[in-house]
Amino acid sequence: MIASRSAMPKHDPVSQDPELLRRLLRAKDRMDAASEEEWPVERLASVSGVSEAHFSRSFKEAFGVPPHRYLLTRRIERAKALLRDTDTPIIDVAFQTGWQSLGTFGRTFRDVTGESPTELREREQAAAHALDRVPHCFISAACRPDLKTAVSEKRRQEAVDKNGVNETEIPSCPKASE
Amino acid sequence: MSQGVGVVGLYVRDQDEALQFYVEKLGFRVHTDAKNGDYRWLTVQHPEQPSFQLGLFKPQPPTIDAATAQSMSEMVAKGAMPPLVLVVDDCRVAYERMRAKGVEFTQEPVARFGAVDASFRDPSGNGWKLVEGR
Repeated sequence: MIASRSAMPKHDPVSQDPELLRRLLRAKDRMDAASEEEWPVERLASVSGVSEAHFSRSFKEAFGVPPHRYLLTRRIERAKALLRDTDTPIIDVAFQTGWQSLGTFGRTFRDVTGESPTELREREQAAAHALDRVPHCFISAACRPDLKTAVSEKRRQEAVDKNGVNETEIPSCPKASE
Repeated sequence: MSQGVGVVGLYVRDQDEALQFYVEKLGFRVHTDAKNGDYRWLTVQHPEQPSFQLGLFKPQPPTIDAATAQSMSEMVAKGAMPPLVLVVDDCRVAYERMRAKGVEFTQEPVARFGAVDASFRDPSGNGWKLVEGR
């Protein structure tokens, strides 16, 4: 039997310095504004004015996800918007939202959303748009994927669920395998 | 008199800083600035909206306990407070004017859905959408 992953470890909220949080928010804002850009920890840490080691831990404490996973959710969110609202070819959607290859984009997109970019586009564009009157940014935020685990973890869990065994070792960084 | 919402308050980390920001950078006017011991009731008003006051309050005892005040301060600094929208005639003009005064924009003006919008934050972390009126 595989141990249940739903049992979250007990976690007391950590009290954080509001001044630090305000500077961490600045790094988050910068990723929001340009999620297609590369955001190595070094760059984010310098936006926040903290050390690299301090940054990743503090960011996760503050916003609940590691910075790179937050960036991933923003890229997927933007890709979904482009697929839904434009006819931009999928390869261009991939490049415009920060991916280096169509393959990585397609695989990650499916892992996160459960459907391929093409499937999502067809479904969304067929659906009536009842949300026209809500400001775009709020809909966009509401459609952000809620990534509670790393994508590699999600893939592994799905493999376990499907096969009953954890037979595939999936590297956490897609680039490492290509 | 007209009925309706009279005051909506924001939590800010420092009332002097907030006052300076909303008055000098955004062009609001002080409506009420009343101190009672450590407590300060501070509201500002948009020059074109005389029936509405925006409160700039500090989360602090005794109105809330110290631990709750700390939590609220953290939430504000994380940008977790609800959305705010400031409507202007011309988003790009307002953006240039405010940016020149040092307002921290988190999104440049973007044209979409027939209007232009931008985003900025106050010094405390409260996020505003700057939207062109239609």
